[in-house]
Amino acid sequence: MKVLLAMSGGVDSSVAALVLRNQGHDVVGVTMRLWGGESDTGCCSVSDVDDARRVAQQLGIDHLVFNFSEEFNEHVVDPYVASHVAGTTPNPCIECNRHLKFDRLIERGRALGFDAVATGHHARIVDDKGVLRVGRGEDALKDQSYVVHMLSGEDLAYMMFPVGFMEKSDVRQLGVDFGLRTATKPDSQDVCFIGSTIGRAGFLEPRLSFNPAEVVDQSGTKVGEVSAVELVTLGQRRGLGLGGGDKRYVVAVDVPARRVTVGDEASLFVESENLRSMVWPHAQDEHIVLGGEVLVQGSAHGERAAAQIECVDGQYRMVWSRPNRRIAPGQTVVFYDKADQVVLGGGIVAP
Amino acid sequence: MTTSSAPGTKYVYLDHAATSPLRPEAHAAMEPFGDVMYANPSGSHRFAREARRAIDEARDQIAELIGCRPGEVVFTSGGTEGANSAVLGSVRRNGGTAVCAASEHHAVLHCVEHVNGTVVPVTEQGPVSPDMMRETLAGMNDVTVVSVMAVNNETGAINDIEHISHAVKGRAENAVFHTDAVQAACWLDLRTIWPHVDVLTLSAHKFGGPKGMGVMVVREGVHLEPLILGGGQERDRRSGTHNVAGIVGTAVALAVTDEHRDAEVQRLGVLRDELVAGLTSRISCAVPTLQAGVGVAGTAHVCLDGLESESILYLLDTENVCVSAASACASGAMEPSHVLAAMNVPRSRINGSLRFSLGHTTTSEDIAKAIDATVAAADRLLAVTKK
Repeated sequence: MKVLLAMSGGVDSSVAALVLRNQGHDVVGVTMRLWGGESDTGCCSVSDVDDARRVAQQLGIDHLVFNFSEEFNEHVVDPYVASHVAGTTPNPCIECNRHLKFDRLIERGRALGFDAVATGHHARIVDDKGVLRVGRGEDALKDQSYVVHMLSGEDLAYMMFPVGFMEKSDVRQLGVDFGLRTATKPDSQDVCFIGSTIGRAGFLEPRLSFNPAEVVDQSGTKVGEVSAVELVTLGQRRGLGLGGGDKRYVVAVDVPARRVTVGDEASLFVESENLRSMVWPHAQDEHIVLGGEVLVQGSAHGERAAAQIECVDGQYRMVWSRPNRRIAPGQTVVFYDKADQVVLGGGIVAP
Repeated sequence: MTTSSAPGTKYVYLDHAATSPLRPEAHAAMEPFGDVMYANPSGSHRFAREARRAIDEARDQIAELIGCRPGEVVFTSGGTEGANSAVLGSVRRNGGTAVCAASEHHAVLHCVEHVNGTVVPVTEQGPVSPDMMRETLAGMNDVTVVSVMAVNNETGAINDIEHISHAVKGRAENAVFHTDAVQAACWLDLRTIWPHVDVLTLSAHKFGGPKGMGVMVVREGVHLEPLILGGGQERDRRSGTHNVAGIVGTAVALAVTDEHRDAEVQRLGVLRDELVAGLTSRISCAVPTLQAGVGVAGTAHVCLDGLESESILYLLDTENVCVSAASACASGAMEPSHVLAAMNVPRSRINGSLRFSLGHTTTSEDIAKAIDATVAAADRLLAVTKK
């Protein structure tokens, strides 16, 4: 098959190229140029493009660069900033997958006559009683099904995850055995468009205005101050200037009122949360999920908790089977089946 | 599919404005200097003198082809170094403000922006207007250097250097007037440009010479602060050991270019017109960027409105047709063209821009193949876009 493989310059997509090539596919690697600004981390820097190109050269496959920086600004960077202004917690990696990798790149792949688009994600495509679903990757610790949950059945029929069936250690070993220059490159951890030297606050500072806010307890008594309410996240414990004493956590962030409310850990636990921007990989999935119990994952490698998903008058709600630590508004939740193996849908926590 | 070009495959190479293949005459002339005549021309032995003589002869030859004095010819590493030397060298020497047109190559534009200079708009047709230049300069009293390219590298638009020069000298008589003539060498007689400028810069690989070689012609009496200091070569204007083979190849390539220029302009102008006509008549969304007669004979710049250059280039590449869009950034990604933006070309066209650039190896068969392949690529993408 003629396969268009997204190559970030990391070890997973490098080994994915090796695997696909060894399976006899006609592989073309492509690095998406996403971020036009300065950054030294993640999958956007020029040195990562160099790595991807050198791996492609070593494997004897073509390598292209597509410039999606405009769409990246529109769908990832601008919403990331807006989310901080609104006091919610963004997930730029998911938005990048949703709008760039699994929208623009798939569109390109189809337009250019490729039979499939592949990425180096640790996830599997499983046939669940005749429908294709995203399944957890072989390596439970590196599983990335959460960040690729938005793929529809139609998209999955066009996708390949060549390293999803491998343990990460085996991926690295294969890279080492083949002498790939990316074999021992560390996993990317941070938001790719934010350089490690400037950090989140340094990135946001020229893009929004920080506002000081008062920190109050749940009775409304002022207990401290923060210099930038936009940088405060639900559940945060440090950096609130509260001194010692009992552990207190952020339980509410109200950016317009310039108020951060803190409380004890117990007050972070909720019975339910509202959801928006629902994703159903297949039209029938909504009916499968609603009313039944699913396992909900609320961050990239987070714990799972059982919940029921409801919809009342068009408002989706996640009702925890037992009170659960609140997931910050803006975060993505992904629903898995009871066996915790395949993705049934997802959504974004609403304020 | 492999990363290297397969032997025996016939390629349609229409990217001469990026690099024109090394002319066989230049290749032959360079050969001894990579092999037997390896001495450093700055030495004092007879072996060095042979190399020195080759440089002196090359310099004389180039001076004749440009219509300048041999002493005005400075050898550089390429067009970018020449442009940097002209702009930054003027500002470092004399202070003041640098001015350039909005459609200049980044080698000029980024220098002018670097020293907080002034950028003059261009017309929607592409060229720089002498009146707009006059208007911009009217309000300024510290202009040190003005840089306007002779031919635009993306669109092929020709600037009227003579009249722009009058505009510049009329408003800023002490300013150094530089022209980046990198894209002009194949199409315009450099002898007709040189009388109107103070500094003229060339890049050898654009006219069939070697990469890594440039020529900067600096009018006697004009002083630029050198960018590269060291052994004082090129009369202290550009230090560094001479690239003897490169210099010899440059002179030969420019001589061959000059000899065939008139005939090539005729021959390739016809092919270029056929190409533009073929594309615009067979692709519904194809729009020529320049009006007829505004550009050089070797460039066909067309925008496929609503399509994406990256996709078209890929499909052409799979058919072994090599063309380009705008300039690429460090990662190799295509950047939206600042030249087309300066001409107020709508964004949907800029995103689908294509530059076919013809040169000494181009045949009518190449043009026919390029038209067919582009039509097929556009048809494919239009079909997908409509869904």
